[in-house]
Amino acid sequence: MTLTRSFTYVKPGSLDEALALLAEHGRAAAALAGGTDLVPWMRDDLVAPDVVVDIKGLPGLGGITLVDGALRLGALATFSDVLGSPVVSATFPVLAEMAGVVASVGIRNRATVAGNLCSAVPSNDAGPVLLAAEASLQVAGPDGERIIPLSDWFLAPRRTALAGGELVTGVTVPVPGRHGGCYLKLGRYRGEDLAQASVAVLALPGSRYHIAFGAVAPATVRATAIEECLGGRPLDEATLAAADDLVPEVISPIGDLRSSAEYRTHMCRVMLRRALRAAAQRLGGDGPPYGERLL
Amino acid sequence: MGYRVTLRVNGERWELDLDPAETLLEALRGRVGVKSPKVGCERGDCGSCTVLLNGQTVRSCLVLAVEADGAEITTLEGIGCEGLAPVQRTLLEHNSFQCGFCAPGIVLSAVELLAAHPHPTRHQVQEALAGNLCRCTGYEPIIRAILGAGEEP
Repeated sequence: MTLTRSFTYVKPGSLDEALALLAEHGRAAAALAGGTDLVPWMRDDLVAPDVVVDIKGLPGLGGITLVDGALRLGALATFSDVLGSPVVSATFPVLAEMAGVVASVGIRNRATVAGNLCSAVPSNDAGPVLLAAEASLQVAGPDGERIIPLSDWFLAPRRTALAGGELVTGVTVPVPGRHGGCYLKLGRYRGEDLAQASVAVLALPGSRYHIAFGAVAPATVRATAIEECLGGRPLDEATLAAADDLVPEVISPIGDLRSSAEYRTHMCRVMLRRALRAAAQRLGGDGPPYGERLL
Repeated sequence: MGYRVTLRVNGERWELDLDPAETLLEALRGRVGVKSPKVGCERGDCGSCTVLLNGQTVRSCLVLAVEADGAEITTLEGIGCEGLAPVQRTLLEHNSFQCGFCAPGIVLSAVELLAAHPHPTRHQVQEALAGNLCRCTGYEPIIRAILGAGEEP
């Protein structure tokens, strides 16, 4: 048996039942959606839940809908769901661009966007685009529902603001009006890999930008200093050079088996320039199609 | 503790008493007895354990067998049982495999791709295979075979 630690498996049929289980067992319980992180983490003893609560039987947690100008992703929405969603491609295609570079088809069929945020590894793919879009998480718990802005979500690698007994029920993504987006992810090779570095850019009218980096700090980081530097200025060489200088102030990459800190910093500059250009062109309606390889 | 699970594997109904710590891969190989899903990396990277769960490829090493309660599972054994599928024929014609360890997963990834895109582009084929590692062939004869299957009438 490859999972050597025994545990109890429960598949509740209602949110109340799930919350009661999570409240009863607290940190000893783990919510299971796609399992693409939870199962290997249990195998490696990174987590050792006594009770695994499969949330795939809960009604109303699937699907992607547009409600009041915001995309609402249920906690069970997978990356394949995002890729195949007409409402995503019509309103916020950069989310699909991101989903298309997550791992492989077989993983995307199971892995959920909410789960990716809950795993909170520094190289998570959902974080940068959603942080740039100022998304938030809906959380249900013993004291009712609360909203956690994604900017308050990531505390440290694999640590989030989710309290014991709580369950993420969905992710809300305010769709910017006219915008251009771009998500670039650097892997070691074509095909599936974790990010060595990633950047998400949203270009908005008036030369305003929202920018976030992934895999180059303990958590996904918003590049506020760069956004302020770029705001209102044309994307010329002087502006881009000023943004280059700010990159090391925003990120704090480590060196590991996937790349050195120096390489990550260098590539963040390269990727930021390309993503800014592509996002600005897409804002203007003449950029490269979403999903095209720009690295 | 035993969990009673009912699932269909290649059209056949199975009732299994499972430990929740068993993965779908272990249950398929050890209890149902289908051996085409291979034990590879056991962390979702290599794709050799790929099966179709309700028509979608999944890494059976990352699915708990109890999660498959009520599901329809298709393994390679369920693909070629009534004569070779078109993509199996073109894989054969292109001599696409050497050792064959990756072949079950690759066939299932190709079946999923061709069901959604009967005439895929090279890029779509590469994307569909991105999670199936092959250490023998360099992928080229596999890609050509899947493209060839898409061209068949």
